Amino acid sequence: MTERKNLFSLENEKELDIAWCPGCGNFGILNILKNVLEEMEEITPNNFVLVSGIGQAAKIPHYFKNNAFNGLHGRALPVASAIKMANPELYVVAESGDGDMYGEGGNHFIHNIRRNVNITNIVHDNRVYGLTKGQASPTSQRGMVTPVQVNGVILNPFNPIAVAIANGATFVARTFVGDIKGAKEIIKKAIRHKGYALVDLFQPCVTFNKINTYAWFNEHTYKLGEEHDPSDKMKALELAFQEDKLPLGIIYEEKGKPTFEEQLTIYKENKDPLFKRNVDLNKLESFINSMR
Amino acid sequence: MKRTIKEEISIVLSGEAGQGIQTIERLLTFILKREGYYVFATKEYMSRIRGGSNSTEIRVSSKPVRSYTEGIDILMPLTKESVEHLGNRVTEETLIIADNESLKLDNKNIFDIPIISIAKEIGNTIYSNIVAVGVILGLFGIKTKTIEDYLRERFEGKGEEIVKNNIKAASEGYKLGKEFTDKGEIKVIIESDESLKDDLLISGTDAVALGALAGNCDSIFSYPMTPGTGVLIDLANFSKDFDILVEQAEDEIAAINMAIGGWYAGARSMVTTSDGGFALMEEGVSLAAMVESPVVIHLAQRPAPATGLPTRTGQEGLNLVIHSGHGEFPRLVFAPGTLEQAFEITQKAFNIADKYQIPVFILTDQFFVDSYYNVKKFDLSKIENKKYIVETDENYKRFDLSKAENGVSPRGIPNFGKGLVVVDSDEHDEEGHLTEDLDIRVKMVEKRLKKGEVLVEDYISPELFGNENYKYLVVCWGSNYNVVKEAIARIDNKDVAMLHFSQVYPLPDSTVKYLEKAKKVIDVENNATGQFAKLLRAETGINVDKKILKYNGMPFSVEELTAKIREELK
Repeated sequence: MTERKNLFSLENEKELDIAWCPGCGNFGILNILKNVLEEMEEITPNNFVLVSGIGQAAKIPHYFKNNAFNGLHGRALPVASAIKMANPELYVVAESGDGDMYGEGGNHFIHNIRRNVNITNIVHDNRVYGLTKGQASPTSQRGMVTPVQVNGVILNPFNPIAVAIANGATFVARTFVGDIKGAKEIIKKAIRHKGYALVDLFQPCVTFNKINTYAWFNEHTYKLGEEHDPSDKMKALELAFQEDKLPLGIIYEEKGKPTFEEQLTIYKENKDPLFKRNVDLNKLESFINSMR
Repeated sequence: MKRTIKEEISIVLSGEAGQGIQTIERLLTFILKREGYYVFATKEYMSRIRGGSNSTEIRVSSKPVRSYTEGIDILMPLTKESVEHLGNRVTEETLIIADNESLKLDNKNIFDIPIISIAKEIGNTIYSNIVAVGVILGLFGIKTKTIEDYLRERFEGKGEEIVKNNIKAASEGYKLGKEFTDKGEIKVIIESDESLKDDLLISGTDAVALGALAGNCDSIFSYPMTPGTGVLIDLANFSKDFDILVEQAEDEIAAINMAIGGWYAGARSMVTTSDGGFALMEEGVSLAAMVESPVVIHLAQRPAPATGLPTRTGQEGLNLVIHSGHGEFPRLVFAPGTLEQAFEITQKAFNIADKYQIPVFILTDQFFVDSYYNVKKFDLSKIENKKYIVETDENYKRFDLSKAENGVSPRGIPNFGKGLVVVDSDEHDEEGHLTEDLDIRVKMVEKRLKKGEVLVEDYISPELFGNENYKYLVVCWGSNYNVVKEAIARIDNKDVAMLHFSQVYPLPDSTVKYLEKAKKVIDVENNATGQFAKLLRAETGINVDKKILKYNGMPFSVEELTAKIREELK
């Protein structure tokens, strides 16, 4: 265990110019994820890829020592899925904010749930756009006043949990950065889950979201108890629509559903990642020559 | 009316979508090619699933033919509207073979044949198409064995009865066709050449898809868009025999991001699309440039803006492609003119993209991807695929400036070696981590642009056809290769030559030399503004003297282009 301490820390960690505001929930997530990776023996900086989009949350790969792809706004999921498709030996986590995943990347969010590639999707959900300074995000609650939504948000908030369950996601969880132990456990389970796993991770934006503070999240969430059966889809949907108090924990989990890559013929017999393969030119020549 | 057709014949089939024109086209071309004729086929169609008026032209010749002609020697209409749809292409010379009992056409050149009742006798009207095929083959006096063999191969999977009925239908039609020639009403005299039976018969779509396979393409991510979809379908079909990851993305934005993700993990990915779909992919092109990822983009052009004419042809995507993506970075844009070029270029595209870590484009168009003709068997023995990924060490830095030869840093991939691979769409340092250090910014810009300077060693020079001491130079690019070549051959004037560009961006160095030598440069393009002519001026400072432009959605015909070029020689 000890030799894995700081395994995912950059050599210059202490001098890193981290772009987040003091008190930002992202710091907590950074620590949680680092601990999770250190504790997961199967994962190394080499066989792990952290993919993100754009936004404050999306900067997270820069504060880690591992493979990373920091792409475009909303596009973390297509990149992450394709990496896993091309090399199923890699552990792939797509991590970004609610604006990135549910707003700009909404279409990819829906379709990657359907695709069920074996990746983990961690969404830093602070219910506001931080990097662009405080506009509403898809999860902002109605009435929240912002520099753009000057009379308050009039749109219904996006419900990632319900959308994920409705589209057939096999691992849907919600957690809160204030609950370090719970968050760690859920992320670990999400990474080990076979198939697409969503972790909607509440975090406060201390600068731009004065509503959903640490205190607010503490007050408006509760942890699901042992009695909750995550395989009960109808119950899970009911929980997804619970608004007064938001449930934390694994809301829905379905085991044994085949992943995208498992269903691909290219991996049925040959498990090699694509980079190890080459087209057989002799076979190709005879194949082409049959086009007569 | 009696007519003798020598050396070459143009047969047009026309009818509604869904009537099986493509089946007739395929059977005819393959059987005729096997019998030793040069064949070429191209289709024009409406943007609908059923109904409308579509047509296919099949040219059969004793010499190679590879372009579209206006003239129709034999028309086989499957609907009454077909004749009207083809307009001026149907002349006094055109012979019409039709089941006139049902079509009731009013034309003096009709050869009435009871296709439908013959089919009914065999058991089902679905055999009508095969009867029609038989009629045409009867005119050529094709060996019946060639026909039977092909039909057997083609329908084998559907059971013996279907095979037998098809052979019967073809042979009944054949007798009728033969009767016309025996009576001397239609005589088709075209020499055949046994050796052609070994040729391949492939389309532009096939050429690109096979080229991709030959280039070790192992994955394709795309969203369907006519006319680019064919390459996606081809590769999906090829995936039964070869290991190819085929995924239909939720949109074009996902497609190109997936392709880049694929390359990041060591795959060799491509996307195929058309102009409108590519417009959505542009941010991905810019991403590829910034993370220095290879990516291969096939774009089959169609008329635009917006949805334009979805099933027609055009060369309107050049400006889009050469200016696509924000920021400054190198790219290569190829526009093959022949099927052989399309195969070779696509194969190379993967290696070039990999070598320089840049986006490489293959620009075709609807006419190109939907046309097919016979080509010599491909020789794959000289094909070399090189993967440029390196096994990394602990000190690996993705954008290492000290190791960047001509701007190209060794490209590692995750979990291959001890190093870590970090890439970022933000400006980044050598390790790939984002930076706002403006000195590093300058170095990275220069590094990326440097690659553009060395690309030259993989440039594809323009091809000159005709006399080297030309006075008139007809300049073209992409799919106009064959039509310009045929027009110039028809003009047969030693003062005229053709210069075809299959690399349109950056312009090969020899461009200026060719242009300067001409007394008059005539530019031929399928767009309304002369995009390539403008590119020539921008890059070389040389103005073309005359532009021949067509933008109604149809390709140039040999006849019209010959006349238009002749006009410029006066």
